Amino acid sequence: MTGALRAAALPLLVFGLLAAAPFLGLGAGWAMTLLARAMILGIAALSLWLVVGGAGLVSLGQAAMLGIGAYAVVVLDAAGVTEALVVTPVAIGAAALFALATGAVAMRTGGVSFIMITLAFGQMAFFTASSLAIYGGDDGYTLYGRSTVAGARWMQDRLAFHYLCLGLLLGSFLLCRMLLASRFGRVLRAARENALRAQAVGFEPYPYRLVAYAIAGGIAGLAGFLLANATEFVAPSFLAWQRSGDLLFMVILGGLGSPFGAVLGALAIVLLEEWLGHLTQHWRLIFGPLLVLAVLFLRGGLVGLGRRHG
Amino acid sequence: MTAQLLLVQALNGLQFGVLLFLVAAGLTLVFGVMDFINLAHGVQYMLGAYLGASLAAATGSFWLGLLLALPAALACGLALEWLVFRHLYDRDHLAQVLATFGVILFLNEAVKVIWGSAPLQVPIPDALQGGIALMPGLVYPVYRVAILAAGLATAALLWLLVERTRAGALVRAGASNRPMLAAMGVDTGRLFMLVFGCGAMLAGFAGVMAAPILSVDPGMGDTVLILAFVVIVIGGIGSVRGAFVAALLVGVIETLGRSLLPDVMRLFLAPSPARQAGAALGSMLVYIAMALILAVRPRGLFPARAG
Repeated sequence: MTGALRAAALPLLVFGLLAAAPFLGLGAGWAMTLLARAMILGIAALSLWLVVGGAGLVSLGQAAMLGIGAYAVVVLDAAGVTEALVVTPVAIGAAALFALATGAVAMRTGGVSFIMITLAFGQMAFFTASSLAIYGGDDGYTLYGRSTVAGARWMQDRLAFHYLCLGLLLGSFLLCRMLLASRFGRVLRAARENALRAQAVGFEPYPYRLVAYAIAGGIAGLAGFLLANATEFVAPSFLAWQRSGDLLFMVILGGLGSPFGAVLGALAIVLLEEWLGHLTQHWRLIFGPLLVLAVLFLRGGLVGLGRRHG
Repeated sequence: MTAQLLLVQALNGLQFGVLLFLVAAGLTLVFGVMDFINLAHGVQYMLGAYLGASLAAATGSFWLGLLLALPAALACGLALEWLVFRHLYDRDHLAQVLATFGVILFLNEAVKVIWGSAPLQVPIPDALQGGIALMPGLVYPVYRVAILAAGLATAALLWLLVERTRAGALVRAGASNRPMLAAMGVDTGRLFMLVFGCGAMLAGFAGVMAAPILSVDPGMGDTVLILAFVVIVIGGIGSVRGAFVAALLVGVIETLGRSLLPDVMRLFLAPSPARQAGAALGSMLVYIAMALILAVRPRGLFPARAG
C-alpha cells in the first residue's frame, strides 16, 4: 500500500502543482503560454513514450503525427470548420491512420532500421507539408482565433485553456498507464523484453506493436491539435526531424521506466530552456553539459531520482 | 534540360557524395566497431570547417590552414572521446543519443560565441581557381574536381588501411564481432581511440574541403549528420565499402532529385505547382530510396556484422 502511494506521490505532486500554478504567481500571460506549451509537449512525449518505453521501439518520426494533428486544424480552418468537436476527432484520426499505415511498413524492420524508416516517413511528411502552397507552404499558416467548443469560444480564455491542456495531459498519462497494465500492455512488455519468447508462448508481437504505434499516433495528433491552438500558427517546422529528436530527448531524460518520465522530461526541458534563456543568451552552453551530466549520473532518468531516495 | 546540365548535376552529386562519404566513414566505423551512436559526429565536420577557415585566414594560405586543421580536428575528437564518449561505451543507445545531443548543443553554441553566427566565407585557393572544359561549351570548376579527386584518393587510402593492414583487420573484426575480438586479447580501448580519432579527422577534412563552396555556419553539421546516418544505414552499419557506395548513391539522388524533378514535374503540371511538388518530391527522394532499400534489405547493402 505504501509502495503504491509512494509511486503515485510524484505524479500527484506535479499535477497538483500544475493545477495550482495560475494561483501561485504564474498567472501572467507569458507564464501560462509557457506552461501550456510544456504540457502539450508533455502529451506528445507521452505518446512517444508508449512507443519507446512501452513497445521498446525507438522512433525518430513522432513529430510527423504531431504535425498531422496540427495540419488537420489548418485544413479544416481553411474549409471554414473551427468546431473542436469536429476538429479534434479528425486530428486524432488522421494522425493515428498515418501511424497505422507507416507503422505497418516500419515494423517489418527493427532496431536502427526502425529509427531510420520512421525518420524517412517523418521527412516525407515534412516535405509534403512544406509544398502545400494553399496552406502557406514553408511560411506556415496563421489561424485567426482558437477552435470553438460547441460554438462557444472558451478556449480563448487563458485559464480554461490551461485546465484543458492539464486535463488532457492527465488523461493521456492515465491512458498510457492503463494500457501498459492491461493484458495488451503485458504482451507489449513481454515482446520488448524478449520477442522470441513472446512468440513461443503464442503472441505474435507485430499486431500489438502496430496498435500501440497507432494509439501513440492518435495521442500525438491530439497534442498537435492543442499546439496549433496554443500558438494559433502552424508551420512545417512542427514536423521537422529536430522536433522528433527533441521529443525523444524528453523521453530519455525523463526515464523510460514509467510514463510519468515523459511528462517530467518534457516539463524539465521546456522550463529549463526558458529559465536558462533568461539567464544568458548562450544558454545552450549550460544546457548541453547538463544533458551530458544527466546521462552520466542519473541512470534511469529523472523518474529514477525520486525512486532511489524514496 | 540538356545532357550538359545533367552531366554537371551528376558531377555535383558525385562530389557531394564524396564529402558525405568522408563524414559517414567515421560514423559507420564508430557505430559498427564500438556500437556507439555518435550524434556529435556532424559537429566534427563543422569544427573542421571552422578550424580550416580561421587557420587559413590566420596563415594566409588555404593549404597551410588545411594542414594545421587536420591535427586540430584530431585533437578535438580525441579530447571529446576522453572527456565524454568513453564513459558512454557501456551504456545503451538511448543514453548515448541524449549525451551526444548535449555535446552538439554545447559545441554549436560555443562556435557561435567564438566565431559569431554569421556564415564565414572561405576563398577558393589560387591554384584551384577557374574551370576545366569537360566538353565544348561545358566548363566545370576546378575546385569541385579537386574535391572529387581528394575524396576518391582518401577513399582508396582508407580501403587500403581497412582491407590490407593489421589495424584494419582488427577494425573489421571489431565490426563483425566485438566481444570475440576482446576475448582474443585485443586492447579494444586503444582500438576505439584509433578509430575515433581517424573518424574525427576524416569528418574534419570533409569540413575543410567543403568550406569554400558551402557556407560555414553553426548549423552546418546537423544537415550533414542526418544524411550521413542515411548513408551508413543504406550501406550497412560498420561497412566502409557500403558507406562509399551508399554515399555516392545518396549524393547523386539528392542533387539530381532537387535540381531535375521540378523540371520533370513541369511535363505533367502547371509551372507553379510543378515547382512546389518537384522540390518536395526531390527532397523526399533520398528517404523514399532508403525506405525501399531497408524494406528489401533491412541490414543494408553490405552488412558487416556477423548475423
